[in-house]
Amino acid sequence: MIKGTVKIATELCKGCELCISACPQDCLALTNNINLKGYKFIQLKNDACTGCTNCALVCPDAVFTVFRQSKSSMKKAV
Amino acid sequence: MEDNTVLEDLELVYEKPHTLSDTAFHYCPGCGHGVAHRLIMEVVEEMGIEEQTIGVAPVGCSVFAYHYMMVDMQEAAHGRACAVATGIRRLLPEKYVFTYQGDGDLAAIGTAETIHTVNRGENIAIFFINNAIYGMTGGQMAPTTLCHQITSTSPYGREVEAMGHPLKMTDLVAHLPGAYYVTRQAVHTPNAVRKCKKAIRNAFEYQKLHKGTSFVEIVSNCPSGWRVNPADSIKWLEDNMLPMYPLGDLKVPGKN
Ligand SMILES: Cc1ncc(C[n+]2csc(CCOP(=O)(O)OP(=O)(O)O)c2C)c(N)n1
Ligand code: SF4
Ligand code: SF4
Repeated sequence: MIKGTVKIATELCKGCELCISACPQDCLALTNNINLKGYKFIQLKNDACTGCTNCALVCPDAVFTVFRQSKSSMKKAV
Repeated sequence: MEDNTVLEDLELVYEKPHTLSDTAFHYCPGCGHGVAHRLIMEVVEEMGIEEQTIGVAPVGCSVFAYHYMMVDMQEAAHGRACAVATGIRRLLPEKYVFTYQGDGDLAAIGTAETIHTVNRGENIAIFFINNAIYGMTGGQMAPTTLCHQITSTSPYGREVEAMGHPLKMTDLVAHLPGAYYVTRQAVHTPNAVRKCKKAIRNAFEYQKLHKGTSFVEIVSNCPSGWRVNPADSIKWLEDNMLPMYPLGDLKVPGKN
C-alpha cells in the first residue's frame, strides 16, 4: 500500500468540507477547534492517506501540501 | 495537523504554486473562484511565464484577483476586461495576456466587448467563470441563470417568457471566426480540475501561435448566491448546471 500524508494550512481553511467527499480513503474530517478566522478546519483523522492529491485538487483555498512515500523507501520495506 | 509527518522518505507530490500569494482568499467557503485562480497560477508557474504574463481582473467577486495572482495585473471597468486586454496585447505582443471574468461581467454588461474581441480574434485567453448568478452584489439573476432558478431578482424562478433564456456565451463565441480554441470545463471534482488545467494550459500555449482567441468557460459554484452549503452546491451544479452547460470542447484547432 502506498503511504502518503498531507500538510494542512489550517489558518487558510474555511471548513467547506469539499475535500472530505473528494478523498477516496475517507481520511479527512473537521476538527472541533476553530481557527483565527472562526472556521472549523480540516484534519487528517487516520493514517490511510495515499497521497493521491484529490483533496489538493478540489480545495478552493489551496490549504493542502501532499507527500508520498518515495519509491526507494518502498523497496526497502519489501 | 502540522506534525503528522511520521512517515519517512516522503516525496513532495503537490504544493500550491508560488505564483499564488499566501494571502487568504476573501471568497466564501467552497467557492470555485479559488480553484480557478489556483489552476491559472499553476499553469503560469509550470510554463515559467510569470514575468511575461499580464492578467486583467473583472468587477465581481474576483475583483481582487490581483491580490492573489502574483503576475502583473490590470483592473478593468465592469465588463471591459476584453477591451483592456486587447489594448495590452496589441501594445505588448510578446506577453501572455488573459482576462478573468464572471458571467455578470462577461455575459451581461460586457457582452459587446466579449463578442467583438473574439470576433477580431485577439490573441488573448479569456477565462469565463460561470456560476449562473451575480455573486458579489447579492445573488441577482444573470443572463446565464437557469430556467426556473431562484435568485434575489427572480424570487419565483426565472420565467423565460418574461426574463429570456439562459445565454450560452461559449456556444455563441464558438461560431465566431476569430475563436481559435473554445472549451467548457468545471472545477467541482478532482477529474474536472485535471481537465480544466489542461484546457488552461492549451489557452496559454495557443497564444504563442497568434491564431486567435482562446475562450475557456469554467462552470463554477456559488454556494452563497445559490443559498446552499458547499457540498450541496456541488450536487446542484451537477444536477442543474451541467445539463444546460455540458462540459467539453466546442472548438479545437485542426478539428473544426
Ligand atoms: C458599471 C457597473 N455596473 C454595475 C456594478 C455592480 N456590480 C458589481 S459586481 C456585479 C456582477 C458580478 O457578477 P459576476 O460577473 O457573475 O461575478 P461573480 O460575483 O458571480 O463572481 C455587478 C452588477 C458595477 N460595479 N459597475
Ligand atoms: S491525498 Fe488523497 S488520500 Fe490523502 S487526504 Fe488527500 S484525498 Fe485523502
Ligand atoms: S458570493 Fe458566490 S461567487 Fe462570490 S465569493 Fe461567495 S460563493 Fe464565491
